[in-house]
Amino acid sequence: MTTPDQRLVMGEDGLAFAGHKLSRASLDACVKCTICETACPVSAVTPLFTGPKFVGPQAERFRNGESVDHSLDYCSSCGTCTLVCPQGVQIAELNSQARAVMKADHMPLRDRLIGKTVLMGTVMTPVAPIARAALKNKPIRKVMEAVIGVHADAPMPPAQSQTFEGWFRKRATPAGPFPRGTVVFFHGCAGGYFEVETSKKSVEVLEHLGYQVLVPKQGCCGLAQQSNGLFDGATKDVLKLCDDLRSAGKDLTIISSSGSCTGMLKHEAHEIMGVDDERLRDVGTRIRDIMEFLLELHDAGELPTDFSPIEMTVPYHAPCQLKSQGIGKPAIEVLRLIPGLTVVDSNATCCGIAGTYGLKKEKYEIAQAVGKPLFDMVKATNPELALCDTETCRWQIEQSSGVKTEHPIYLIHQAYGLS
Amino acid sequence: MRKLAVDVVVIGGGSTGAGVVRDVAMRGYSAVLVDRADLGQGTTGRFHGLLHSGGRYVVSDPLSATECAEENDIVTRIQSSAVETTGGYFVTCPGDDPEFADKFLAGAAATGVWAREVSVSEALRNEPRLNPGISRAIEVKDGTVDGWQLVWGAANSARHYGAEILTYHRVTKIETSGGAVTAVRCIDERRGEELVIDTNFVLNCGGPWAGQIAAMAGAHPVEVVPGRGIMIAMNHRLVNRVVNRCIYPADGDILVPAHTVSIIGTTDVKVDDPDHLAIEPNEVQQMLDAGEVLVPGFRASRALHAWAGARPLIKDDRVSASDTRHMSRGMAVIDHTTRDGLDGMLTIGGGKLTTYRLMAEHIVDAMCDKLGEQRECRTAREAIPGSESGRTHKVSDRLAEREEDRFDSQIICECELMSRKMFVDAMNAQPEASFDDLRRQLRLGMGPCQGGFCSTRATGIAHADGRLSAEQATALMRLFLKNRWIGLWPILYGEQVRQTALDNWIFATLDVAHLPEPESEVTA
Repeated sequence: MTTPDQRLVMGEDGLAFAGHKLSRASLDACVKCTICETACPVSAVTPLFTGPKFVGPQAERFRNGESVDHSLDYCSSCGTCTLVCPQGVQIAELNSQARAVMKADHMPLRDRLIGKTVLMGTVMTPVAPIARAALKNKPIRKVMEAVIGVHADAPMPPAQSQTFEGWFRKRATPAGPFPRGTVVFFHGCAGGYFEVETSKKSVEVLEHLGYQVLVPKQGCCGLAQQSNGLFDGATKDVLKLCDDLRSAGKDLTIISSSGSCTGMLKHEAHEIMGVDDERLRDVGTRIRDIMEFLLELHDAGELPTDFSPIEMTVPYHAPCQLKSQGIGKPAIEVLRLIPGLTVVDSNATCCGIAGTYGLKKEKYEIAQAVGKPLFDMVKATNPELALCDTETCRWQIEQSSGVKTEHPIYLIHQAYGLS
Repeated sequence: MRKLAVDVVVIGGGSTGAGVVRDVAMRGYSAVLVDRADLGQGTTGRFHGLLHSGGRYVVSDPLSATECAEENDIVTRIQSSAVETTGGYFVTCPGDDPEFADKFLAGAAATGVWAREVSVSEALRNEPRLNPGISRAIEVKDGTVDGWQLVWGAANSARHYGAEILTYHRVTKIETSGGAVTAVRCIDERRGEELVIDTNFVLNCGGPWAGQIAAMAGAHPVEVVPGRGIMIAMNHRLVNRVVNRCIYPADGDILVPAHTVSIIGTTDVKVDDPDHLAIEPNEVQQMLDAGEVLVPGFRASRALHAWAGARPLIKDDRVSASDTRHMSRGMAVIDHTTRDGLDGMLTIGGGKLTTYRLMAEHIVDAMCDKLGEQRECRTAREAIPGSESGRTHKVSDRLAEREEDRFDSQIICECELMSRKMFVDAMNAQPEASFDDLRRQLRLGMGPCQGGFCSTRATGIAHADGRLSAEQATALMRLFLKNRWIGLWPILYGEQVRQTALDNWIFATLDVAHLPEPESEVTA
């Protein structure tokens, strides 16, 4: 039964979808083989989570518009289960939907807040030095932990004094010519407010290659709200974002250096929340992760490979939400074109953060245990630099291993002589 | 040879027999129930799981409709733990006569069956997989009931009142002397021992086997016409309410959400022998087509298991003997005194699971009349043990229970969320039970893997706890798997094929076919 509270949080459509979605039909494909359970990074480190097969295709048969198994919230939504399932069961999607139904009645304030990525960015940017200091201040973090349940040691976004948009508008606009035509850049909330350098370098690489880069005014993709079960807000946000991105021009390729937001647009909004909208389909088919885009150019023989050598061995971690897009690990293939550079694949399942999961005080230790093999590998491979495509994963790896962690575009930018 | 002496022997451990032995015991008679197999292994365990609101009969059989409506309320009250109050819809599908819904509403009003027409959009909102082409929808109070829990609940209540329940006791003869019943002879199938029960009264509740039982007393043939119906369980709940076609009762017009599965049924074919019920390929196709009418995409959904049951219909001269669907569903008590000149025996036939308690009341009333005694029936007023709180079952109950005890007990049957503790407790309570007997109470092996994973776990536990030798345990497992496969062969298509392929690899790896065997096979 839908309560008024549930409708408020999830919206009629989101809740209806969670009750009778396509992914529920996919549970018919489960043969109980347990491959998902052996691959799950969370159940490997804690007995609190009953595991993807249990929570997904098994428990779903016992649900009738309500989720009584509260331990399902220990799922980090990393999506590894869906990725490894040989039968095509949408396990992670089932879990996300069941969680949305379960939390709809009593959504914690924290989970509403940490989904508001734009709000966090706009509040922190004008007071960046203070925000940075505050988020590193132990007593303040202890208060935050007690009041809103964000663990005192969890990684926090690095506040910046200038937004990406501020930089993009104020800089001298490249005069052209643009022999390769026009592309649209989608920076995402983190790339707009916190990971400003990644966005800048991405745009500069694209312009170096001869593209005119358009950056329409753009909002949030809603991923953080979605992963916290706030389907209604997330659906509104993702469709608004589609309008924003489409406003830049018809049929233009959309490029992003925000790997997780790209996944939201490509498949998660549709598969988890059931958003069925022409605008989303249009954007979802046009969007490319920046490293995927560079690899496509290379495969077509169109990527200049006049890279300066970088004599370095660097660990690379492919984030879960990139792997879920089914594009392989394009960053590794592109980086290996740089002379002298040795890229070592972490082959780790997950760093533990899974968006906002590892921030939560009750999940922090689990997230740390999930990421431990990765942190050890990173430290052992190169104590100076690690590479990873998504923002929260970079923050997690950097905070827990002490190794500076950047987007792969940093080295491409450097190898093209741009930095 | 063992001997017992009781006031009444009830023959047949289905819903009727269990209801009767409870009623007899509550009225103060000493009683024994005997069945040649386990409780609820015949017709009672082979139906949809539908607790009728009466809606199905408002046009075709008004008396049954009223009885169903009244008994639905009573069963939901006295056996709440076996009942889920899902609610139901009668929907007019494309091609169905839309005016039947008017007859339905008029019939419901006339028979006292609660019914309310709702908008098509409301019905589709509540049951989104329903055929979007439906033109009318009527809400009713259909529910679902677990037939095995119902029978065991009634049997346990009877035990509480002093009755003895003897399963795996096959009746071989009903002794008579001077035109009256004197004793019932049985074989204890597990021990091969004979049991003679001295009694003055036999209540024949054999359902489709009632004719065979009456013959054991030398009565004139009771014409029971077993009507065979097949059912198919789909992997999960495609609907959360019972969904019926709003038409004159026909084949494949009901889809029931029972526990974790949804069950489509049924067919109706006259057969001669209730012990040999085939599941014909054309009937399987007929059911899948029928499901497709109610829920588009039904054929692409995963079927888990098929089975056949036999309706216990007593021949009625008003309709042709081959048309069992339209034979009276109303119950009939046969008095062997007037019919055969035999005192001390009554046979009951017809009826349906929803009205099992009322059937029991009728036959026990008839017995009291014959004995010239006034003993009041109290079965409608008193809840059976375990249902005192009146809380009805919910499909999410097991998930909530495992959430509570997940750190304390392993899960053995993952599909149906049966814990090790549930299995061990049940084995302790019924040390002689086969895995199939336990399955009916625990749902062991009734989910998507159909025993592929859980059967070997259960076998290991039964052996490790020292209850059974390796030979006995593996023999029970093989019997269990054989019985699962009877219901798998008829629906081996689509997703279930992949499961059975994996299961076969597992069984081959474990070399199940060559595990140690006991000298004599165990009984089913």
